[in-house]
Amino acid sequence: MAGVIRHRFFWPVATLLILLVSNLFFSPDFFAVEVRQGHLYGSLIDIVRFGAPLILVSLGMTLVIATGGIDLSVGSVVAICGALACLRISGLGDQNSVLGVLLAVGLALGLALLLGAWNGLLVAQAGIQPIIATLILMVAGRGLAQLITDGQIITINSSPYKLIGGGYWLTVPFSILVALVVFGFALLLTRRTALGLLIESVGGNAEASRLAGIHSRRIIFTGYVFCGLCAGIAGLMISSNVSSADGNNAGLWIELDAILAVVIGGTSLAGGRFSLGGTVLGALIIQTLTTTIYSIGIPPETTLLFKALVVTLVCLLQSRAFRAKVFHRRPMPPPAQPDRQQEPKVEVPA
Amino acid sequence: MATVGEPAPILTMTGISKQFPGVKALDGVDFRLFTGEVHALMGENGAGKSTLIKVLTGVYDVDEGDIVVDGTPVCFAGPLQAQQAGVSTVYQEVNLCANLSVAENIHIGREPRRFGAIRWGEMRRRSRRLLDGLGLDIDVSAPLGTHSLAVQQMVAIARAIDISAKVLILDEPTSSLDASEVDQLFRVMRQLKEEGMAILFVTHFLDQVYEVSDRMTVLRNGRRVGEYATRDLSQLDLVSAMIGKELAVLEELEEQPRRSLATLERDRPVVEAADLGRKGAVAPFSLTIHRGEVVGLAGLLGSGRTEVARLLFGADRADHGQLRVDGEPISLRGPRAAMSHDIAFCSENRRTEGLVADLTVRENIILAVQAARGWSRPLPRRRQDELVDRYVQALRIVPANPEALVGQLSGGNQQKVLLARWLITEPRLLILDEPTRGIDVGAKAEIQRLVVTLSDGGMAVLFISAELEEVLRLSHKIAVLRDRRMVDELANDDEVTAERIMSIIASGNGAAPSEDGPPPSDPDMVVIRKEV
Repeated sequence: MAGVIRHRFFWPVATLLILLVSNLFFSPDFFAVEVRQGHLYGSLIDIVRFGAPLILVSLGMTLVIATGGIDLSVGSVVAICGALACLRISGLGDQNSVLGVLLAVGLALGLALLLGAWNGLLVAQAGIQPIIATLILMVAGRGLAQLITDGQIITINSSPYKLIGGGYWLTVPFSILVALVVFGFALLLTRRTALGLLIESVGGNAEASRLAGIHSRRIIFTGYVFCGLCAGIAGLMISSNVSSADGNNAGLWIELDAILAVVIGGTSLAGGRFSLGGTVLGALIIQTLTTTIYSIGIPPETTLLFKALVVTLVCLLQSRAFRAKVFHRRPMPPPAQPDRQQEPKVEVPA
Repeated sequence: MATVGEPAPILTMTGISKQFPGVKALDGVDFRLFTGEVHALMGENGAGKSTLIKVLTGVYDVDEGDIVVDGTPVCFAGPLQAQQAGVSTVYQEVNLCANLSVAENIHIGREPRRFGAIRWGEMRRRSRRLLDGLGLDIDVSAPLGTHSLAVQQMVAIARAIDISAKVLILDEPTSSLDASEVDQLFRVMRQLKEEGMAILFVTHFLDQVYEVSDRMTVLRNGRRVGEYATRDLSQLDLVSAMIGKELAVLEELEEQPRRSLATLERDRPVVEAADLGRKGAVAPFSLTIHRGEVVGLAGLLGSGRTEVARLLFGADRADHGQLRVDGEPISLRGPRAAMSHDIAFCSENRRTEGLVADLTVRENIILAVQAARGWSRPLPRRRQDELVDRYVQALRIVPANPEALVGQLSGGNQQKVLLARWLITEPRLLILDEPTRGIDVGAKAEIQRLVVTLSDGGMAVLFISAELEEVLRLSHKIAVLRDRRMVDELANDDEVTAERIMSIIASGNGAAPSEDGPPPSDPDMVVIRKEV
């Protein structure tokens, strides 16, 4: 039992379960999943489906944070990519042309890679602090998205494009599949190769890594490019789901949710060790929370406050110092240390 | 103030035990400290010295045992509480803020204020007075980081005693100081002792223990071996108490034969630096290192020893001269380029430039090999385990658990992990920058022996150390640095003594000492501009 509690996923999983179960009081059929007209339906499915963009953005954010950085520009990248894809599609003679849609998607993702590379260059080559470097694109990117959409909301009517965020494939929502594939790809990329180790090393101690022969700059650059790509895919999903591009509001504040998801998932903002699985859990917690707020009918003007309360609670539960203070009867709680100790303290029998 | 030998100690620890997962770090340890004494805490790496100090200062909490300070049983929740109770600690690695001024560092958290506003003038005045008392005349408004490590250490001590400490703990305070700075520190320690301070002193330098301490407590494997008056315990007895081995074994360690160039067959040099230099770091120097040769670098701290190593490894880029490997001119764009020529570099500063504390022993050991293979070709796990197991055993890394986080290991074991990282790259030139600093006698001897074995096997070694005896014992050839210039190069034989090297360091051997930056290079020399 102690082993289960000490597992790094214990608190995130517990939080998620509590959130899900508490929904039962408000809608008894919350856990019901059924196949309707060949499509999977149910509240659980919806959570994953609407959470897919956040999962994607958070995965990218995880790698960036693991290198010791942060990417504030993901929201803007979401807006830009959605805008560019919709602009291209709206200019097509036949909006249902698969080839045309593929081209638009390719173009948008290409731009996402470029934007990620821009962030990577600023951070890794120019040596600008990540929070400042990505703040540039966060602000300028909104303007860029406005330019692309000409300040309007571009509405399209394209069934191939609709598939990305709102369609189904083999009864499963397509966006869930995309998120799964990206998750699997990221896992393979970081854990089946040495990339994960190198990222953790660079994030843990950049100078020591350089002296061990690691091309720290390349690793950091790669992280931002991957993050840009993930944000780009998320942008396509979001605009596809509503068949329109809104340069102003698409992906607004998603960077904050993503950073939260990463932290809840157990990756330290200081860089170093990261956990992609934890990040997915974190993103699901945040999405469940959003869904719960809607389903239990919390007044809209208090939703943000409620969300903040729950997030604070989750973070407190994960804090070792807090848990020691609250749950331990021992006279002297362990002091705040520079941390990273594998807590010899918790398992001391009372 | 009480005098030595009075019955009531200022600090008593009885039956202290501390358990970590898998390790009993302390096992029923007793410890006493009196006012007006310098008490040395001795023991090998992992003997429990650091743990005892951390238990005392509340960094760790105690599993069993009692701590009594000044007649009151205490249980500190952290260093801050300990400090408030009069127990201050100065750590080996200076724990101050390099970007704040000296005065700010001394007064941080307790600045003199008037109406809530900090009185900067008063703060500087107080700091100056305090440092004057320690015989230190420095600019207190300059950022701490602009001063040498020794000065930073003094500032840390000044801060500690200014918080009206009754007990001052100095954890390896001398490991980064040169001889004159150590003297300065000892003068301060004696002065504080006279004033009635109880000083707990941890060091690996035996000479220093005998120079400054009154009594000592020896720990081994988490247990107390004994408490001795320093004058009653000979150096050899002390060492055998620390490592628990027979004296004969120790003497054998000490008596490695002097090595000289005559015993070495010299063929083409592995690495040849011709007039290599970097503005502001080290003046152009020439140095050749052959297969199987150990070249020692001697010189004071800051004399340019590390800078020479960094140029040879490409950690900094040379802006002058030429480097040849196997006779081929090369230019090093970075560490990776040096690694591709089989050059390895164990840096002096393990914590900031060596290990990644967050990663495991295994991951740290394979890091360099993995970096050379690139991210797309991971070292197979079975091969990793094989390599890591072999070196954990060969270097006797404790705990012998490859999945332990490196940050939890003791200094000597961290050093071994760093060594292992580079040994598995099978280098032809191994650069060791202060590999034995801050580690105990046993581990030191092991590393010295390793250097001999490696060079006998054909590896070229550049050995940097502040301890001249060590350099003399291991090197075939010794280069001496002074004021960021290489001033002399000697073939090692019986006529070379520590005194002679010291006089070269002191006099500069006729070369004009330069105050700032490298002087213009010798006009008679052909200067080969570095081609990129």
